[in-house]
Amino acid sequence: MKITLDWLREHLEGDYGVADVVATLNRIGHEVEGVENPAEKLAGFRVARVLTAEKHPQADKLQVLTVDAGDGGAPLTVVCGAPNARAGLVGVLGLPGAVVPANGMALKVAAVRGVESNGMMCSTRELELGDDHDGIIELPADAPIGTPFADYSGAGDPVVDISITPNRQDCMGVRGIARDLAAAGLGTLKPLTIPAIDGQGPMATEIRTDDPEACPAFYGRTIAGVDNKVATPEWMRRRLEAIGQRSISALVDISNYVMFDLGRPSHIYDRARLTGALVARRAKQGESVTALNGKDYTLTDTMTVIADDSGVHDIAGIMGGEHSGCSETTTDVLLEIAYFTPERIALTGQELALTSDARSRFERGVDPAFLGDATEIVTRLILDICGGTPSVMTKAGTPPTETKTVDYDPSLSASLGGIAIEPATQRAILESLGFGVTEGSPWRIAVPSWRRDVDAAPDIVEEVTRITGFDAVESVALPRTDGVAKPTATAEQLLERRLRRAAAAAGYHEAVTWSFVSDREAAPFGGGAWSLANPISEDLKVMRPSLLPGLLAAAARNQNRGADSIRLFEIGRRYLADAEHPTLCIVMAGNKTERGWQAGKAAAFDAYDAKAAALALLDGAGAPADRLQVMEPVAEAGIWHPGQAATLRLGPKAVLAEFGALHPSLARHYDVDGAVMAVQIFLGAIPAKRASGPARSAFTPPALQPVRRDFAFLAPDTLAAGDLVRAVKGADKAVIVDARLFDRFAGQGVPEGQVSLAVEVVLQPAEKSFAEAELKAIADKVVAAAAKVGAVLRG
Amino acid sequence: MSDYQAMQAELTGAIAAASNLDALEALRVAALGKAGSITGLLKTLGGMSPEERQSVGPQIHALREIVTAALAERKAALEGAALEAKLAGERLDMTLPAAATPRGSVHPVSQVMDELAEIFADMGFAVATGPEIEDDWHNFTALNIPETHPARAMHDTFYFPDANAEGQKMLLRTHTSPVQIRTMMSQEPPIRIIAPGRVYRSDSDATHTPMFHQVEGLVIDRGIHMGHLKWTLETFLKAYFETDDIVLRLRPSYFPFTEPSAEVDVGYRQEKGRRIVGGNGDDEGHAWMELLGSGMVNRRVIANCGLDPDVWQGFAFGVGVDRLAMLKYGMDDLRAFFDGDLRWLAHYGFGALSVPTLSGGISA
Repeated sequence: MKITLDWLREHLEGDYGVADVVATLNRIGHEVEGVENPAEKLAGFRVARVLTAEKHPQADKLQVLTVDAGDGGAPLTVVCGAPNARAGLVGVLGLPGAVVPANGMALKVAAVRGVESNGMMCSTRELELGDDHDGIIELPADAPIGTPFADYSGAGDPVVDISITPNRQDCMGVRGIARDLAAAGLGTLKPLTIPAIDGQGPMATEIRTDDPEACPAFYGRTIAGVDNKVATPEWMRRRLEAIGQRSISALVDISNYVMFDLGRPSHIYDRARLTGALVARRAKQGESVTALNGKDYTLTDTMTVIADDSGVHDIAGIMGGEHSGCSETTTDVLLEIAYFTPERIALTGQELALTSDARSRFERGVDPAFLGDATEIVTRLILDICGGTPSVMTKAGTPPTETKTVDYDPSLSASLGGIAIEPATQRAILESLGFGVTEGSPWRIAVPSWRRDVDAAPDIVEEVTRITGFDAVESVALPRTDGVAKPTATAEQLLERRLRRAAAAAGYHEAVTWSFVSDREAAPFGGGAWSLANPISEDLKVMRPSLLPGLLAAAARNQNRGADSIRLFEIGRRYLADAEHPTLCIVMAGNKTERGWQAGKAAAFDAYDAKAAALALLDGAGAPADRLQVMEPVAEAGIWHPGQAATLRLGPKAVLAEFGALHPSLARHYDVDGAVMAVQIFLGAIPAKRASGPARSAFTPPALQPVRRDFAFLAPDTLAAGDLVRAVKGADKAVIVDARLFDRFAGQGVPEGQVSLAVEVVLQPAEKSFAEAELKAIADKVVAAAAKVGAVLRG
Repeated sequence: MSDYQAMQAELTGAIAAASNLDALEALRVAALGKAGSITGLLKTLGGMSPEERQSVGPQIHALREIVTAALAERKAALEGAALEAKLAGERLDMTLPAAATPRGSVHPVSQVMDELAEIFADMGFAVATGPEIEDDWHNFTALNIPETHPARAMHDTFYFPDANAEGQKMLLRTHTSPVQIRTMMSQEPPIRIIAPGRVYRSDSDATHTPMFHQVEGLVIDRGIHMGHLKWTLETFLKAYFETDDIVLRLRPSYFPFTEPSAEVDVGYRQEKGRRIVGGNGDDEGHAWMELLGSGMVNRRVIANCGLDPDVWQGFAFGVGVDRLAMLKYGMDDLRAFFDGDLRWLAHYGFGALSVPTLSGGISA
């Protein structure tokens, strides 16, 4: 909402400048988004008279002028190329130091073809006041020489752009803003004069409302014999243009002016285009109308329109129809001042995706008690500007004008608003805003008809505190519980923090990628369960079913920037049909180690790097890493390399992590070069640690040293080494505390299709050292256990 | 000089002159071996009379001890020299590069969220979370934004085509405020929470991304007023920006879920093209910047959550986490937060061990 200072003075009397207005508006809850002060742009330009004009000695098209700048000094020499420059002309002189608005050039004293010029006589285009550049501005001969041009032209009226919050429809007109400013002590609100209109005869067209739910009141009047060819008065046109409204015709400008002045939309129909009664009614399903913006709208039966026998002329409260709008030839008009139910206007507007200044006011709720007076005000302007003979006013229906009352305890300003304000001051503030105050216990506050937003005591607190100013709020410490602050993080939060720090410590960089991906990116994961109805683009449409697409795309971008070693991770949610699943994902691509003087060639990541990362992170997260089983992957086919990926599980159902090499075609799908390893950790599957208190179990190291024995087995190369190790470890649980595979060999000396697997077994004696016979017995058990999985002790 | 003394001089001289361990071993065998000269002398003791043995015995034993010691000493010297010679050949160029340990990092958004959790934990606030795919009721209606409310249009909401089982439209939460609702419905006051997380608006330009991060704060208790809100925000911002010179300006505003509502500006100054938070925005060289939205929780919102608004009141606030990160750590491009550029992450990210703590400092 834009206002000009001059327009504000129409309603607010007092000694204030634009800076006072801006500061006060910000203080009382109307955020000023910008101030445009044309006077600043025109600083250094003043009214001046050309005294003499001679041809420039060096140039045919230039003249050398002497100019009276009105400052009492000697006439200034100015070189000018304008054909209309002549002695006696009164125009606009830019002095050295002034900046030409049109091109940003700073004027200075300079020689033009050998003649010193002390300024510039300006065209309207140079001052951004019009398109004329055929000559310099010619002002009336009596224009006061020396006056700043901004003052003279009136173009100096500052425009203040205010962000009106959606609860304050009453401030979507200059008068409402003036009322708030007056309450805040910036001047006095002038009374609004309601003209008395002497109506002649009944309306020439019947009006009524057949949809009282959406249009409870439809006031109107017809005016015969108006002239819409007349120019809009200068003062009105200038104000409308200053706030960015194009002047269209006198009648349209009048309607717009009252909307911006008093927050009251109206509509003026050309009666010549109407047939029969004009009625507010529900639209028929599929009925259409061409609106004033030139677009066709197809309506539904939930929408309300203003229509006559021939069809729809107005989408009620939103936009008029092209067909019955006023034109130059309009002579008989019908003025509509209606009240529309805000919720209905909002729904219709949303459905049609049609915004307008009228809609934004009606959907917020215009003053329901300001229909008759508004009709008179608009009529008066029409009669004054366009002439004509008015009918009497018709009032169809009744607007909802019941006065709301709110119980209010003035101590609430302190106990809720944090500012103690004297009751008398509160009362004065409320009354200046138009509230009625009946003191008592509690106070009864009558809410003015234009304040639809106020319906409870906190709203009254807001009124008295905002007008007092929130600067008066003193900080008060929140009560603090005794002792040291208690831990607040939940188990899930701690798990996430641990994993994040563990991943960063292991050398991975945390990325944050979009929660939405494209259909194409989601496709390898079976698509997304959640697709936006209104995505910002096709690239950001589907809620990600995996973190891999985002990280792979980031990996590809990094490769395109020349990165040759990529370690990225992200902790975020996967959005599946059932819920949002917190997940950690790692992507590694390119070199694991650079080429070096020790290792030689650069080494690529392999699937075991992914396994190591998965285990290290799970261990860091407190998962029982030693009890995890390596099993086949769970993801869709095509995600992982068919032979180089696995899951880590606690039991068959609880999948904690998935890791390995990605399928090369998947990496290619996301434009990543080379082999890519990945890890996914499913945070929800990691069992919570049992809360057993901070104390650890007693430390009881074994008295005797462990004994190590090595076993080499021959096994079919299809045997999973993990199965052999687990079998060996379980051969004698009383004494075998660990078993570790330390060699795997196939080739010379090992039969075809077989592999040699060497396992170190750690035996822990209890009270006394093992006797040879005992060791022999344990070894036999190990060999027997290995045999069960198909491994034979190597001879 | 006795014979023993002569022998001693000869043997120790030879030992001292031994140039390597083999020569030394030969000397030991010659003196102390089975057929060695001193061994021979010791054997003669058995045939001596007690008196003779009394006088000669100590001399022979002394000879043996001295020679044994000389041999050991010389052996240690020779071994030491040999080790030094060997080590001299093992010299490495210590300027050669060692194997690199990869360095990872924590994203600034995560780091700032950890900072916020730490600061607010000290003030008794827990961290709450909620779904990002929300329903219409939690995101709007319960927050006093009915379907026809103009504020809905300002939220640029991403919608999903389908409704949930209760017929609620499903959408991406436009703010973290639905966590207020979920918290008030699931726990008894008093409540003190912050709720950080991803939020979504259908908006994309140089300074807006369709996804960003917010943190919500909520206090519900008895007797809470705007003064507590102001103190909480001041205390938080002082701790976060690590300066006591934080000046706030509260401006009345409007949010459907708070009443009264306030926009909160913080004073800052410009330094080398960067905004440095601190100071009074009205002072010379300073200005105000809009940072937070806040207010007293609207009675209707409290009632919508099944609490009695005549008993419980409180405040709520919301602020952009990415914005807080940018202001503190000096990033100037929001879009870069979501690009995953390793160079950016290495530059703006945080080491794994830089855990914000109150004792070690929030900006660890």
